[in-house]
Amino acid sequence: MTEMVGSVQRLTYIAAAILFILSLRGLSAQESARRGNVYGTLGMALAVAMTALAVLIGTGGAAAATPASAIVWLAAPIAIGALIGSMLAARVAMTSMPELVAVLHSFVGAAAVLVGIANYLEPNRLPDPVHDVEIVVGVFIGAVTFTGSVVAFFKLKGTLGSRPLLLPGRHLANLAMVVACGGFAVAFLRAPSSDGLTPLLVVTAIASVLGVHLVAAIGGGDMPVVVSLLNSYSGWAASAAGFMLSNDLLIITGALVGSSGAILSYIMCRAMNRSIWNVVFGGFGAAPAAGAARAGVEAKPVQETSVDAVADLLRGAKSVIVVPGYGMAVAQAQHPVRDLTTILGERGTQVRYAIHPVAGRLPGHMNVLLAEANVPYDIVKEMDEINDDFPSTDVVMIIGANDIVNPSALSDPSSPIYGMPVLQAWKAGKVVMLKRSMSAGYAGVDNAICYNENTLMLFGDAKKTVSALVAALNSAR
Amino acid sequence: MRVGIPKEVANGERRVSAMPTTVAKLAKLGLEVSVQSGAGEGAEALDAQYAGVGATIAPDAESLYRDADFILKVRPPQELPDGRHEVDLMKEGACLLGFIWPAQNAPLVQRMAARKATVLSMDAMPRITRAQSMDALSVFANIVGYRAVIEAAAQFGMFFPGQITAAGRVKPAQVMVLGAGVAGLAAIACARSLGAVVRAFDTRPSVREQVQSLGASFLTIELEESGEGGGGYAKEMSAEYIAAEQSLIAAHAKDVDIIISTAVVPGKPAPLLITSGAVVSMHRGSVIVDLAAEQGGNCALTERDKVVEKFGVKVLGPTDLASRMARQASELYAATIYNVVADVFDKSKGEVSLNLEDEIHRGIVVLDKGTLLWPPPTRPKPRSVAPPVDAKAPTPPPPPKPSAAGPIFVGIIAVALCAAGLFAHGDFLEHLTVFLLACVVGWHVIWNVTPALHTPLMSVTNAISGIILIGGVLLVGAAGTGPFTAIAAAAILLASINVAGGFLVTQRMLRMFRR
Repeated sequence: MTEMVGSVQRLTYIAAAILFILSLRGLSAQESARRGNVYGTLGMALAVAMTALAVLIGTGGAAAATPASAIVWLAAPIAIGALIGSMLAARVAMTSMPELVAVLHSFVGAAAVLVGIANYLEPNRLPDPVHDVEIVVGVFIGAVTFTGSVVAFFKLKGTLGSRPLLLPGRHLANLAMVVACGGFAVAFLRAPSSDGLTPLLVVTAIASVLGVHLVAAIGGGDMPVVVSLLNSYSGWAASAAGFMLSNDLLIITGALVGSSGAILSYIMCRAMNRSIWNVVFGGFGAAPAAGAARAGVEAKPVQETSVDAVADLLRGAKSVIVVPGYGMAVAQAQHPVRDLTTILGERGTQVRYAIHPVAGRLPGHMNVLLAEANVPYDIVKEMDEINDDFPSTDVVMIIGANDIVNPSALSDPSSPIYGMPVLQAWKAGKVVMLKRSMSAGYAGVDNAICYNENTLMLFGDAKKTVSALVAALNSAR
Repeated sequence: MRVGIPKEVANGERRVSAMPTTVAKLAKLGLEVSVQSGAGEGAEALDAQYAGVGATIAPDAESLYRDADFILKVRPPQELPDGRHEVDLMKEGACLLGFIWPAQNAPLVQRMAARKATVLSMDAMPRITRAQSMDALSVFANIVGYRAVIEAAAQFGMFFPGQITAAGRVKPAQVMVLGAGVAGLAAIACARSLGAVVRAFDTRPSVREQVQSLGASFLTIELEESGEGGGGYAKEMSAEYIAAEQSLIAAHAKDVDIIISTAVVPGKPAPLLITSGAVVSMHRGSVIVDLAAEQGGNCALTERDKVVEKFGVKVLGPTDLASRMARQASELYAATIYNVVADVFDKSKGEVSLNLEDEIHRGIVVLDKGTLLWPPPTRPKPRSVAPPVDAKAPTPPPPPKPSAAGPIFVGIIAVALCAAGLFAHGDFLEHLTVFLLACVVGWHVIWNVTPALHTPLMSVTNAISGIILIGGVLLVGAAGTGPFTAIAAAAILLASINVAGGFLVTQRMLRMFRR
């Protein structure tokens, strides 16, 4: 019986692992994405059910706890967790998706820490140095992920400022913390039987501080990369837990998530033409003052315009490109923007959306919002697809985007964002920039595009402004 | 102030510097316009049309030059058939705008200096964004590239597009374009639109994207040397590099039907790219159009302004392709000329007024009231995006250097693994194998994700990382209960939130995507 359950469990784990791979694979293309999500859900259900079953029958640990109490210990937290998770998922606004993802990461990190500590406290644990190393590594990664994600959450939510916190000697401080963790880890390994708990908790505490400090030092503009990196960490944490518990499924799944998250971060860094080290250790956006104070830029006035003037402009345009940014997300303006482009499309204007790879606060953020507003995805273009079309475009509407259309990225080596590929919106006939105020973007860099001769500034809340534009266009029909 | 549009003197030159549309615009600037009788004939613009928009028709060159203060030309001034020189007909102190090529025409420049002329040269237009609408070189290069393909097609006894017909299959023509400047890119676009399969070669790696964006494949040489010169032009390459180019081209020559060569380096003889040997290896009936014939030719067998047949291959060396499309060329050239006039003409003063601080004015001025101002001081290489027309995308700043950290990192991991292998038990190694394989799989699965799906992907991987849930489950199931059971249960709770939330929110997002 036990034997059979063991082999069934192994087979189920293999099936679950394959389902997870298919899930990730599916998520890489629009057509198969939904199927991918179903595979993932299925894999997870299989894995959890099988593990629970095995534990209850008594192959999971040595001799199981009494089934009745085990059922309570298992079912209650799963049920409560699933309920909370479902509620979160159903309620969250699409614009706060980044925050949700960040906070979910922190749960994985916290769970990894708890699993590590619980594993250490488990009485039947075999005294094995390799095993102890696995525990301390898992706890370390988990703690960094946990607090890092929490800080990312607050930064995305806006509770914490987006400016990077740059303490003097922060690299040294980080290094010192890592070394200290190493030291306490050694103490933990040497400690007899269960006396290691204190050093283990100290490692957890230091790693938590490290997580806070690492993420606090990264500017708001880089949050997409950070969220993706934390995603990767949460995978490694799960993998480490798999090592502690000698569970192959955990190892496989964690490694899948870890490496895919790492790739995703890499892809995004490449989109910004920066190295991952630069993002993590660079303290990007540290010298915005120098950029803003550049002579000759702020001396020039901007041309302010009105809703009616822009409506006239749009009526006369043959081709329009919309460049959405985080401002659109903040103002929840995606629905009016969709209405605007639908009206223009009905008038025979060619309308397209240009999406910068790092627009918003998380990769693909704009795509999700536009999809929510039912914008057909074949008129939503990536930067490389559309950048050459700006010169032949009559009007570009920049809605709450800033750094991703900053010409300084190409022309001004002193600019902190120099070298980042940007949407070359300024090459269009007219550029209309919807903005709340003249303040700088998330990177804290002044934007030269505002002062161009062909740029018109339309100040105000994006949602209200775009709704007014829609009304103006409708009334003239 | 009176603008004069003379009839071009050079033999076979059919272009003209102003068309009726731009004459109307010049008049709007407050200029009077005289057009020499017959000036626009080659470009299908009749005297009556010029007169219709307010121009005065001058019967001959002499009367035109006598009254004009600002002469707009295409070619540099030269001798009339009756032996008089255009420069001598000009009013003293008059202004002249057109192609001058001051480096090649020093005596002409001296002659104009003696007339105290102000001379602006279209060929010296700086390649900056603001000057793009005044860039006549690109205008002509575009036409020349297009026409080169048309000429090649006319000489080529086969279809360009591939076809499958009842009488058998026709393969598409294979076209190779050498040099991907404006002319080369125009040739690629034209050949592609006729249905040919196109490959292109250029010494400047930055044009690869432009070539590929037009649907041609880009040939590269395995030699580290960039041909990027100043201002978007190519620079002269080393002998070694040219030898490598020649062998690359020879290797492709035997597979292609048409070669359009456009490789010129400003102010230098054209590089020899197509050797006689390469020509011999081509199929009979193939065609080479050498657009560098004026600078000596890219092909060893080119004869200027002739169609010669060598080893069964037709070699064309035309230098008048723009003039063969005189109407199109004149329309576009006239527009650039108008833009320059509008830029240098000061309405309030009613005269040409040069601002030598202005990059464009400083660039094009050769003589200012007889004073030689050419060549302009070399400016620091403009950092501006300023794409010359043939380099639409700015040269991307170099990607970040691959940091040394990567290999070091891998090294550390390798050492750690070896150490682990020495001390760890068999179980661990088994897990490690599984772990590393899974890393590789994860790595490969993700590469091709479309950016639009980054968020759902992240959210689903996040949900999957909730697998740590089963870690908690295993611990709860371990023998006995104790504080650790509660901790494990807490882990299960947190992980469950993550699993449920992650999958559901992914589903919600995906449901919104629609075509």
